Amino acid sequence: MVDYFLEIFSGIPFLAFSPNLSFVLAATLAGLPLFLFMAVNALVAVYAERKVSAFMQDRLGPMGQGVGLHAGKWGILQTAADAVKLMTKEDIIPATADRKLFVMAPFILFIGSFLAFAALPFNEHVVAADFNIGLFYILAMGSVGVIGIILAGYSSNNKWSLYGAMRSAAQIVGYEIPAGLSLLTVIMLSGSLAFKDIVAAQTGTTLAVLPNWFIFDNPFTFVAFWLFFIAGLAEVNRTPFDLPEAESELVAGFHTEYSGMRWSFFFLTEYANMFIVAGVASLVFLGGWLSPIPGYFQGNLWGIFWFMSKASFLIFVMMWFRWTFPRLRTDQLMRLCWKFFLPASFVTIIGVGFWDLLLR
Amino acid sequence: MGIAVEKELGAFRGEEMVLNIGPQHPSTHGVLRLKVHTDGEIITKIIPYIGYLHRCFEKHCENLTYEQAIPFTDRCDYIGSMNNNFGYAVAVEQLMEIKVPEKVEFMRVIVAEMNRISSHLLALGTFGLDVGAFTPFLYCFRDRERILDLFEMLCGARLLYNYIWVGGVSHDFPVGWVEKTYDFLDYFEPKINEYNELLTYNKIFIERSADIGVIPSDIAVSYGVTGPNLRGSGIRWDLRKDDPYSIYDRFDFDIPIGTGAMGSVGDCWDRYYVRVRELEECIKIIRQALDGMPRDGDVHATLPKKIRPKSGHVYSRTESPRGDLGYYIVSDGSDIPSRLKLRSPAFTALSCLDEIARGWMISDVIAILGSLDIVLGEIDR
Repeated sequence: MVDYFLEIFSGIPFLAFSPNLSFVLAATLAGLPLFLFMAVNALVAVYAERKVSAFMQDRLGPMGQGVGLHAGKWGILQTAADAVKLMTKEDIIPATADRKLFVMAPFILFIGSFLAFAALPFNEHVVAADFNIGLFYILAMGSVGVIGIILAGYSSNNKWSLYGAMRSAAQIVGYEIPAGLSLLTVIMLSGSLAFKDIVAAQTGTTLAVLPNWFIFDNPFTFVAFWLFFIAGLAEVNRTPFDLPEAESELVAGFHTEYSGMRWSFFFLTEYANMFIVAGVASLVFLGGWLSPIPGYFQGNLWGIFWFMSKASFLIFVMMWFRWTFPRLRTDQLMRLCWKFFLPASFVTIIGVGFWDLLLR
Repeated sequence: MGIAVEKELGAFRGEEMVLNIGPQHPSTHGVLRLKVHTDGEIITKIIPYIGYLHRCFEKHCENLTYEQAIPFTDRCDYIGSMNNNFGYAVAVEQLMEIKVPEKVEFMRVIVAEMNRISSHLLALGTFGLDVGAFTPFLYCFRDRERILDLFEMLCGARLLYNYIWVGGVSHDFPVGWVEKTYDFLDYFEPKINEYNELLTYNKIFIERSADIGVIPSDIAVSYGVTGPNLRGSGIRWDLRKDDPYSIYDRFDFDIPIGTGAMGSVGDCWDRYYVRVRELEECIKIIRQALDGMPRDGDVHATLPKKIRPKSGHVYSRTESPRGDLGYYIVSDGSDIPSRLKLRSPAFTALSCLDEIARGWMISDVIAILGSLDIVLGEIDR
């Protein structure tokens, strides 16, 4: 989208003389809708999470009732009301906290996920910044957030926050490796790091009926999909890997001391990160914006629809996990990562290599 | 004690950190403060500080008549109020040598066992919550709600019942209550399977609870641990069978014990599973009691207008959901007890926490505490 705006600006004589200004303008114009999308995504996802958890737990979740001020039919306005509440809430900074770091931490976390969002394509054309190394870039930006988490935990000057931050650092750094390695299988098959090429390599059908998505390409990519998805769950701190904010143990983990708007940035980032993991998984393994019935329902708008529905489905699966499973312990989590996920992702890489070499 | 963790992580020793868990913390099951010495995440020492919920129960009782003490017993173990009433009534009746009508005995057993179900449901649900599973907790509460509804129909209260009185119970069962209880049992029995599918046999749950916080049977006995915690350690000891009070000797039921099915005998999973199995046994007892209960008759024994036991003393114990609940009452012949002492099963269970949790991690301590199923109201009294 940045390129698209730059092209338009080059036609405007006033801007054509100043490439820096036009670049800043183009980046802002491309970034603003992205920011709005992240905010709306969090609103919708929080509402969905509440309703999904409620239905799984034999409850109704947020419901509006009676006349007067209430949360609307089926409580659709509940998250909007919560957002207003969070914005008007007192911003508490503990007296013993390291003020500068404490203030900065949520934004570092947010910037990491915002930058990753920039390279996430919604269909062939709708993408804020079209890289030829999009996949690599998203993986790299995914690890920026951990700095924010460590800073939040460290600067709060609270033992619970510190525990949460330490757990989180170990967990995110650890699980990035299997996540990256399992994506390598797809990169081997498509021969590119650009989402455009990766999705283009998934057109057509396989086994006569199934769409030619990488998840159906061979048994090893099927395993790689699950490895990536579960490692992604661990990276975004969702149950069963929600140790950094484990409510029953660490009160609220690294964001125990945060309140109001700063806290809501942590929340916004959590749901944005969920969307990124689900989005990357659906782009790389599930054909991105391609229709599940090859040859039908194609086009730009259909593309956005398919991408969004695939990502939403994966987000639903994450919520499903969260409201079903208990939580692992720190050492069990690390054991799972280093002793199972890492070897398994190596096996998928070797397996895909041999499959591609011998069976095709 | 934590040998498994030590083996895997090696014997690193860092600087010790003192961490206060509670009194305001999501999983201390009330207002308990644990002063935890940690080395990284590994626990080196735990000191429980109690008394945040102390309400002078025993001192109060020395200034109240025998009947007036009953609402105070409710407030000790507020999860199993019926059983507290029951224990107190049995103790005073023993002191006065009263025999209560047959019907009352049946009614008391029914409500006490119903309360045991609701108490165990809370224990199972919160244990799930402690290891991070949120949904089973709400499933347990959904079913516990039905029991509370039945109790509300019975005596108007949902938590503190004040139902079992000295020499009888406060009201007869209302019209339709017995049928509703039958309906509840029919509804509830298949639900136990649901908990098992959702939580008990979940791989992650087993990872988190099996082999964790093992109470060996000798330690359990030397600390005086009773109830499901003791049975989880493989000792078949239940006052309902071994020292029957009321009419428990007439019913046919089993005493489930820990077998170490998933790890070793006496681990968190065993304690948890003993409670699950006890739900089934409670259902058995309630069904037999409902079938055998005389439909007509008075719900009070003939008592003097003022309860004034002869001077003397009595120690009587009953099996509450948490274990061996004992009342020691000294009477000086007046209508006010001269001394009343409550032996709290949760207190003894908490006392062995340091012994069993040392060497485990913070997450495990929360799980162990949850599996002990303590109620602070009873520990502090």
